[in-house]
Amino acid sequence: MSESIRTPLGKVRGLGAAKEGAHHFIAQRVTAIALLFLVPWFLISLLSAVRGGYQNAIDFVANPINTVLILLTVGSALYHMRIGMQVVIEDYIARTGTRMVLLMLNTFIVVALFAATGFAVLEIAT
Amino acid sequence: MSSWTDKRPMSPHVSVWRWHVTMLGSILHRATGVANYVGAILVVGWLFAMTFGPERYDEFAGIAASIPGQVILFGFTLSVVYHALNGIRHLFWDAGHGFAPKFASFTSWLVIFLSIAGAAAIWIAAGLVPGVDPLGLTGSGSAQ
Repeated sequence: MSESIRTPLGKVRGLGAAKEGAHHFIAQRVTAIALLFLVPWFLISLLSAVRGGYQNAIDFVANPINTVLILLTVGSALYHMRIGMQVVIEDYIARTGTRMVLLMLNTFIVVALFAATGFAVLEIAT
Repeated sequence: MSSWTDKRPMSPHVSVWRWHVTMLGSILHRATGVANYVGAILVVGWLFAMTFGPERYDEFAGIAASIPGQVILFGFTLSVVYHALNGIRHLFWDAGHGFAPKFASFTSWLVIFLSIAGAAAIWIAAGLVPGVDPLGLTGSGSAQ
């Protein structure tokens, strides 16, 4: 008789894997690799643009290549950090209600940040 | 320990451990990840401040140029560089490389020191260190 590692509760519920367990794992690594290329460019550009004053910053964002690269950088970063923060919340927050609220808040913050970025960058570029 | 009846795998030797730099490396990866989350909000705030016109932008830039602002910005740079370099380590681990204890400890220290050097290099390259602007990125715009 082989021993199962499934918990008694798991057996009662009778649910198997949701077949998407690897999705976050893969997405986290794909965005990580994208960010390894995007972030060094973004950091140096951003820091020098901050130093250069308003018109310099506007010119930087309005350049079409920079506009696209900024959207890609911020988009990948937000996707990456949403998954990361979700893992942190799931690790430390044991109470179901609080955890649910924080997970939702995490999604709201990330989506709001992307909306703000999209608006700001396209507004400046056009 | 003899009363332990759960047959499922348990994390080994949870009561036998000593401090190891790989622990620091792991904790820092999570801590810098959370710090970068906050930093990303600041970056989006910077982009958004631009759409409110020069006055609002100058307020934002003024805070960034202040001493506390510069400390936060450098901390953010350091945090991003650490998370990126340690992330490379994680990618190698995912591929099954770099687990030998001595080597893992070595790369923990390596990433810590390289991130400090890398953050400093980025600030020099970006022209944020007064009097040094090797790439001429600051250009025509007048510094605050």
